[in-house]
Amino acid sequence: MSKNSEAKVVSRKDVSKAQWTLHMMNRNKIGYFMIAPYMIIFTFFCIIPVALALLVGFTDFNMIEFPPKFVFMQNYVTMFLEDELFMTGLRYTMIFAVIIGPASYALSFIVAWFINELPPKIRAVVTLVFYAPSLGGNVFIVWKTFFSGDSYGWINAWLLKLGFISSPIQWTTDTRYMLTIVIVVAIWMSLGTSFLSFIAGLQGVNRSLYEAGAIDGITNRWQEVWYITLPSMKPQLMFGAVMSITAAFSFGDVVTQMCGTPPNAYVGYTINHHIQEYGNVRWEVGYSSAMTFLMFLLMIGCNIGINKLLSKVGQ
Amino acid sequence: MKKLRTRNHTVVLNRSKGGDAGITVFLVILGLFMFLPMLYTVGQAFKPLNELFYFPPRFLPEHPTFSNFSQLFYLMDYSWVPFSRYIFNTVLISVGGTFGNLVLCSLAAYALAKIEFPGHKVIFQIIQKSLMYSPAVMATLQFLVLRYLGWIDTYLAIIIPACATPLGLYLMKQFMDTNVTTEILESARLDGAKEFRIFWSIAMPMVKPAWLTLIIYSFKDLWQLGSSNYIYSEQLKTINYAIGQIGAAGITRNGVAAAGAVFIMIVPILVFVVSQSNVIETMGSSGMKD
Repeated sequence: MSKNSEAKVVSRKDVSKAQWTLHMMNRNKIGYFMIAPYMIIFTFFCIIPVALALLVGFTDFNMIEFPPKFVFMQNYVTMFLEDELFMTGLRYTMIFAVIIGPASYALSFIVAWFINELPPKIRAVVTLVFYAPSLGGNVFIVWKTFFSGDSYGWINAWLLKLGFISSPIQWTTDTRYMLTIVIVVAIWMSLGTSFLSFIAGLQGVNRSLYEAGAIDGITNRWQEVWYITLPSMKPQLMFGAVMSITAAFSFGDVVTQMCGTPPNAYVGYTINHHIQEYGNVRWEVGYSSAMTFLMFLLMIGCNIGINKLLSKVGQ
Repeated sequence: MKKLRTRNHTVVLNRSKGGDAGITVFLVILGLFMFLPMLYTVGQAFKPLNELFYFPPRFLPEHPTFSNFSQLFYLMDYSWVPFSRYIFNTVLISVGGTFGNLVLCSLAAYALAKIEFPGHKVIFQIIQKSLMYSPAVMATLQFLVLRYLGWIDTYLAIIIPACATPLGLYLMKQFMDTNVTTEILESARLDGAKEFRIFWSIAMPMVKPAWLTLIIYSFKDLWQLGSSNYIYSEQLKTINYAIGQIGAAGITRNGVAAAGAVFIMIVPILVFVVSQSNVIETMGSSGMKD
């Protein structure tokens, strides 16, 4: 990064650290201009909302009465000690995160790995087939037709026809089936960005490593994936983890679309539903913000934990 | 040491027949699970009304018809605002947001990847953590910001936040790191080229796959936007919202709803088909280093 053509040459050794930083800031000021438009919008719509979630979370605020009343930790105390529905939400959010997150992550990797050795043209078609459900937006409402509660629903119609049941099952309101159905739909549309990233990562693994591995005594593909493939694509695995965590923790829309809101007996009711309920319906923004900030902490914590786990891969 | 199998002088890796068979079976079953609901949606879109009431239902239509599609456009013309207005809104939002995101992310990515201004590392760390930022979780707080700006119930409420996505900047920056060599930029700088010019005529042409990826990522989200918390006026609502309203009217509208879903999903899928190799190439540099 040296600009030899400049008349005044400043060397790092001649000046103090602060002076050097100022000099670099001045010399590269074009960089600030280039990043400024992005950073302004990013600050308004990513940084300020997170900061607000923390600050407003310490208040009792209903959007009308100013200034908001400062209550410090009261919202957090209410959440855990008085609000049973929050605990329900926390429970289902954790259930979904623990099932959908790892399942989508593992499935993305396994499919990407299995299709890796297919010829490129076929691989492209297979990639499209697996990626299309997550690309197709709300095409997942087709599952509502499958699990429709009347006898026109696909599953009901065939079960009736074949004599397994005598009256239609209310798939999306019967508490015995709701959770399973929602998870099936979530997994159906879970091969997203991580999947594409893994496909690319697998393509990028140096082939000579495999050959060297074969010489060193790796006898099957399962050893190969653990000792060679996974360690060489650790960066992709980390990126995929972030994507899967985000998707798993912001899960909730599928429940709303499939089972209605609130779902029967609050099965599948997540913290996100609770945040929406308080933030956009009851306008108890202080309480809603506290929950939002908690979610944010959960996601960050989860990410740190997974990165620790990933550092053990291949050892 | 055991003898290695070779074919055309390259080592043939250890692959058991049983493993291959098992993997094929697994992929076929999972592939059907993925593909059949999509096929069913398409089939449903081409079913005439009476076939929706067959008992038991058929998977594919017996007498395919376009009537669901014509019905969809007919019904939309009788909604509160003309159909063309919904289309206009969706196109404006998707094109505006995608273009803005592409420009802002490219500029910022170039600065982060190739200009060593003090603070660039910290900023990138923040961006990397923000990949976990979910607009769905943050909706209420975003509403507060939009209300403060006075943008509620305007196009700006949708377009502007979509112009600075963490994922877009992240993918573009990582791709520039690996694919734009600093030597080329240095020699251009020595020739006295301005930084904007280097960005535009040297760096940007080298990262075409990343553009396409950014375009498909922002476009697919904006194109498929349904109802939004930030928009109340019917005149500002999107085509996907209008289709959702039409489809919500019960079982007789199932075919029309499916036609709508096909209409909405076909566009991002076609874009992906055309740009798939570029998207995969971009993802090749998506990896995260600590």
